[in-house]
Amino acid sequence: MIVAERKSIPELIEILRGHERILVLGCGTCVTVCLFGGEREVCILASALRMASRLQGFPLQVDELTIERQCDNVFIEEAAEAIDKVDAVLSIGCGAGVQAIAERYPKKPVYAGLDTVFLGILEERGVWNEKCASCGACVLHDFGGICPITRCAKHLLNGPCGGSREDRCEVRPDLPCAWQLIYQRLVNIGQTDKLKKITPPKNWSTSLAGGCRGAVREDHRI
Amino acid sequence: MAETEFQPRIVAFCCTYCAYAAADLSGSMRIQYPPNIRIIKTPCTGRLEVQFFMRAFEKGADGVLVAGCLEGGCHFIEGNLFAKKRVNYAREMLAELGLEKERLRMVNVSAAESRPFAEFVTEIVETVRRLGPSPLSKNQTSAKMESSS
Repeated sequence: MIVAERKSIPELIEILRGHERILVLGCGTCVTVCLFGGEREVCILASALRMASRLQGFPLQVDELTIERQCDNVFIEEAAEAIDKVDAVLSIGCGAGVQAIAERYPKKPVYAGLDTVFLGILEERGVWNEKCASCGACVLHDFGGICPITRCAKHLLNGPCGGSREDRCEVRPDLPCAWQLIYQRLVNIGQTDKLKKITPPKNWSTSLAGGCRGAVREDHRI
Repeated sequence: MAETEFQPRIVAFCCTYCAYAAADLSGSMRIQYPPNIRIIKTPCTGRLEVQFFMRAFEKGADGVLVAGCLEGGCHFIEGNLFAKKRVNYAREMLAELGLEKERLRMVNVSAAESRPFAEFVTEIVETVRRLGPSPLSKNQTSAKMESSS
């Protein structure tokens, strides 16, 4: 799931200054689950923006809407009527959602209300952790399902750095050493022989090199 | 002058199992507290969402009081503990948007604690009176006129 965090109210007020009527547009998918961009957050943020803008002397009219998924044209259509009525859209979807809305409404300013931070999982109620750096060339099969790219602070692929204390990371003592986790996991599943394999330097061309990435399934295209 | 003193309008969300009963009991016991609160009875403070507090301030409340059961004494086990976290979140958000966080407060009382309830009401009324009318209050102008007359 994509995890995002809300920008601060003063930051948002600066972004929205100059507009008279805006739409706070929520997304009912990932950011609803991470409790920063769903219907409830739209209601809270819209209320906060109305109050903050009044206090700053430029009362904003703030409309509210949440659609099922901002990164999908089928659902974006549902927002057309609401978007037509406003000067600008403050999307509290992930970065993909913001851009999808902006592409669909080329003459309408669309701003990001959230900082999209990572792909992760819900660790416990109210706590999310990053698990995947979407590097484009998954190596999880070699490391017992634990990603050294994402979870090792030094992104090491051939064993621990030697700086960990007990099972804690040297860089972030609040985190477990990823290589300790990988070793323990490989012991548990009887695959410690994989540790003998030397992993060559990672090919980062599948990551953020050369512009944005795409994926195509020809068999599903119309 | 008492007549021209700023009279805050405070929304009080009271749990039906404790604070609402305490408010009722304080009436039965003829205990006085300032008439500035407007009580909204809730089934549990755990029912309260952050947007309830935000909406109250947006609509012009000068303060919001959340009154739930004593910690450990919630009829629904931990509803008041959820409320405490939501109130803290909302307080931070109020500060972020430019309102004093002291305008929102959560207190805990049992159904038998009529006197503490009256004291908590008095405290928040005094706190909000000291802070002055909410800049979002619709009667801000009249409140200012009253205080200057």
